[in-house]
Amino acid sequence: MKKFTTHSGLVAPMDRANVDTDMIIPKQFLKSIKRSGFGVNLFDELRYEDEGLPDQDNSQRPLNMDFPLNWPRYEGASILLARDNFGCGSSREHAPWALEDYGFRVVIAPSYADIFFNNCFKNGMLPIILNEEIVNDLFVEMNEQEGFSLTVDLAAQTIARANGESIYFEVEAFRKKCLLDGLDEIGLTLQHVDAIKGFEQNWKQSCPWLFDALS
Amino acid sequence: MAGKTLYDKLWESHLVTELNDGSALLYIDRHLLHEVTSPQAFEGLRLANRQPWRIDANLATADHNISTETTERAGGVQAIADPVSRIQVQTLDDNCAEYGIVEHRMNDAGQGIVHVIGPEQGATLPGMTLVCGDSHTATHGALGALAHGIGTSEVEHVLATQCLVSQKMKNMLVRVDGELGAGVTAKDVVLAVIGKIGTAGANGCAIEFGGQVIRDMTVEGRMTVCNMAIEAGARVGMVAVDDKTIDYVKGRDYAPKGDQWTAAVSAWQTLHSDADAEFDVLVELQGEDIEPQVSWGTSPEMVLPVGARVPDPEQITDANKRDGVVRALDYMGLQPDQALVDIPVDRVFIGSCTNSRIEDLRAAAAVAEGRQVAESVKQVLIVPGSQAVKKQAEAEGLDKIFMAAGMDWREPGCSMCLAMNADRLGTGEHCASTSNRNFEGRQGNGGRTHLVSPAMAAAAAVAGHFIDVRELMAEA
Ligand code: SF4
Repeated sequence: MKKFTTHSGLVAPMDRANVDTDMIIPKQFLKSIKRSGFGVNLFDELRYEDEGLPDQDNSQRPLNMDFPLNWPRYEGASILLARDNFGCGSSREHAPWALEDYGFRVVIAPSYADIFFNNCFKNGMLPIILNEEIVNDLFVEMNEQEGFSLTVDLAAQTIARANGESIYFEVEAFRKKCLLDGLDEIGLTLQHVDAIKGFEQNWKQSCPWLFDALS
Repeated sequence: MAGKTLYDKLWESHLVTELNDGSALLYIDRHLLHEVTSPQAFEGLRLANRQPWRIDANLATADHNISTETTERAGGVQAIADPVSRIQVQTLDDNCAEYGIVEHRMNDAGQGIVHVIGPEQGATLPGMTLVCGDSHTATHGALGALAHGIGTSEVEHVLATQCLVSQKMKNMLVRVDGELGAGVTAKDVVLAVIGKIGTAGANGCAIEFGGQVIRDMTVEGRMTVCNMAIEAGARVGMVAVDDKTIDYVKGRDYAPKGDQWTAAVSAWQTLHSDADAEFDVLVELQGEDIEPQVSWGTSPEMVLPVGARVPDPEQITDANKRDGVVRALDYMGLQPDQALVDIPVDRVFIGSCTNSRIEDLRAAAAVAEGRQVAESVKQVLIVPGSQAVKKQAEAEGLDKIFMAAGMDWREPGCSMCLAMNADRLGTGEHCASTSNRNFEGRQGNGGRTHLVSPAMAAAAAVAGHFIDVRELMAEA
């Protein structure tokens, strides 16, 4: 997994609550059997005027210029500023894949849906929770100031504003460690192989019907 | 010390080890796979040179993007018209064949929507941990299992280790007391719950559904309720085991037999929250207060009793909330304060893992029988949840009732629930749908979904607009 230590980048808005994963990456793009290439279809229905199809040449499609990500001032953004309950709906991991493939490494919102939140960490992305007031402030600042950027320091758990002020954020210790070291979770779990085998043996004795029924 | 909740018991019995950061490794008994969220996981295994930990824990089926048309289905995988879907279904077949995973392929007798076939075949059992790369995995909790959706990286993790790194959730009890009135169903109960607590109301919680209404409900009804726990923000929904659960499981294909059955039943009898268990959050509803529900907006919490009118943004003081309502009304093409029963319906979809089991089809058929689909309605799709449901429905003559009413009888799959295949809404079309999500574009670009029960969907089909199904019941 990609490491995440510090990250500086331009901030772009997704200014509505309850953005669901279907909005992040519509289902027609889930038919791919690959993990990459979803970025051109991130927020497809909002970003383009026409209906997106898999395997299409997206460079020719009419853009919806009301959608901020299409504005020149947000070109190259890598931090997404969002609202409550970001990433709700379907469990598709294609949502963080699409955000990541587009170039986002950080999302900032007052709250997230659980599965999406989890999926971000597994893909080297950092979803940060800040309280609503601070998020509101950041929206105001971003709107006022073209080129509004932030610097995120995961080790220190801080976000530095251009004015030098710093915002503290919480992150679970284990997730932090995995991101900082770029650790592979499966490898970590397999360090407990004896514990898993031991559990499995006991479990098979107490609930034999849970084993071998499907084979 | 306070007693344990059902969730506490399921969590503790599957705890392999606690990790030093407060998370834990949880052992996973059953892993269900389908074509959409598994290919990248198998690819990951191969890239890392890893083998699945325990093949017999896995069960796969093709459901999400396959056609429901009998003619297209008859040609098998090679006849899938959409080349991208074809590759995905073929990839699942290949992966299962390579690793020896039991798969119910597209036209097998055991095929169906993954959340319908698990319980139906006894692959879902009380006391299990069960995961699947699909957020509606909460459905299986209806049998007293700990079941939830996972992402594709976690699918790979479970394949490789038979464990999941988990955080213990909070305990929430949703208690629905009293009794439901005639014409009010499990779907109405869960929509009313979501309407009450909102789509983020249970974030971070495992919900146990209890109370007299849940106890009186059939196991299939409980599946409908648990299915939509995720729409209230909870990854997990569950119901305590009782005699109904045990009767339901008995005799199913993969259910234990003989001595193992006896031992299993005595273990399952402990699967309920202790009387003195404490919950972090309690939500209470009264069955008598619940009416048939219709969602009007673009989030499942935007739902009201059928006799109500859609909100008027002018009456809403909170600016964020008002914006959300304005946006939803605009997308849905509705006027402020419009009566729900005045919304015309263009298409009707009866199916999905929420409402495609035999009882759902019976409820829809009871309304459709002797009636005709309204002329203004373009299409009514009836999509059974599995091959077994289809067979049972045909044995009962339900297919004949639907077809006589002018409805389409289809092959099992997810179909218009998420419109990954050819079943979808046109822009601006209103759909009475028994599925679980009314997000923008969910059932087709620009489509307008209204979530309802099977009986309410059938009633809308014959009326041409939303109508209180109890009015039709009174006529009959
Ligand atoms: S029926 Fe709908 S909700 Fe259920 S598994 Fe299929 S796509 Fe998901």
